[in-house]
Amino acid sequence: MNLVFDAVLCLLLLAGAMGVVATGAARPAVIAFIGYGLLLGLAWVRLAAVDVALTEIAIGSGISGVVLLRCVRALSATPKSSAPNRALRPLAAVVSIAIAVALGAAVLALPEPAPTRASDVAAALPATDLGNPVTGVLLVFRALDTLLEKVVLLLSLVGVWALSRDPACRGRPDPLSVEPAPAPSAFLARVLAPVGVLVGLYLLWAGADHPGGAFQSGAVLAAMGLLLVMGDQISIPATQSRGLRLMLLAGPFGFLAVGFAGWATAGVFLGYPPGAEKAVIIAVEVAITLSIAVTLGLIVLGPPAGEERS
Amino acid sequence: MSLIADAFTLVFIAAGIAFFAAGTLGLVRLPGTLSRIHALTKADNVGLALIVLGLLPQAASLLDAAKMVAVWLLAQLASGAVAQVMAEAMMTESKDIGDAPASGEDSR
Repeated sequence: MNLVFDAVLCLLLLAGAMGVVATGAARPAVIAFIGYGLLLGLAWVRLAAVDVALTEIAIGSGISGVVLLRCVRALSATPKSSAPNRALRPLAAVVSIAIAVALGAAVLALPEPAPTRASDVAAALPATDLGNPVTGVLLVFRALDTLLEKVVLLLSLVGVWALSRDPACRGRPDPLSVEPAPAPSAFLARVLAPVGVLVGLYLLWAGADHPGGAFQSGAVLAAMGLLLVMGDQISIPATQSRGLRLMLLAGPFGFLAVGFAGWATAGVFLGYPPGAEKAVIIAVEVAITLSIAVTLGLIVLGPPAGEERS
Repeated sequence: MSLIADAFTLVFIAAGIAFFAAGTLGLVRLPGTLSRIHALTKADNVGLALIVLGLLPQAASLLDAAKMVAVWLLAQLASGAVAQVMAEAMMTESKDIGDAPASGEDSR
């Protein structure tokens, strides 16, 4: 029974991927991509990787999908680009097929059982006081990767802001819609946002022992912020606001500060003070969740429009 | 007792799947965006409600059951509001363009 389900899921994934590529227009392709991300999330659930599934659905499908939809709308005003060179097309096909075949060969050539460090993680996890091995890997064993990931996220927002007409990146991003929010949007924002914020905070808190964590929580909180903006319940923040910029920096730089403090307390960069590991890990998680939520929300809102004229 | 619960689950989930199938059929076959949104949101809400109802006897605890009911309530809230927003957007769009009704732009 499970085999049938998995086979159908795999076929749907292939069909979804084809659908993304085969629809000629940009908007249907993005919508297909969002659906494809949801299917991919199901596949991760089937592989018992619930943390990855949550991240895929929240970031890979949700936030990325909204960013792409906004891009499509922004691009529709620009003239259509010319079709790709006829001679290049077979070349692109050959390269794509070669990459697909090489990836397939690499996956099939993996030794059985696959090399794993899961047993090392399981053996070392009790020292961190965490119950969720994924959080252990992200915040303890591979903390450097997570730290750099936060910096990359910040850089991507810098990239979005670099598109601003204002060289100092001041002002507010353009509103999502020029018209006032329709009544159902306002209603949805008022009713759903409190529940969603609760879910986001729960994901953060549960991340220590269950699937969840900073990234999933940040994505949900960002979505709730966007929902409130779309429902006209809160105004878009001005990007020069000091509080906002502090929130953006809290995660990467708080994490970095803990990392440097590790030399003093534990004798190693990114080491946690012995005895207070859990408390410091939770503090770092709260800081990076805040930064992720604000960064993701601002990436969706787009570049600031410059100083206000009022 | 568990036999009755299992039979209850089977009957309600089968009914829920039937509603989902009807909603999907409506989404694919009905003419016009508004009737498609209608088919999708109404039929899927009932389908989800029936599936949640059917799964309630299988819930391990009262908390699990409450979570499933909460999922249904949230889905109902979101799909109802989104249907209204989409319909409104479609009305203003077709008013702007003229009489041409917007075709096949449904997304979920």
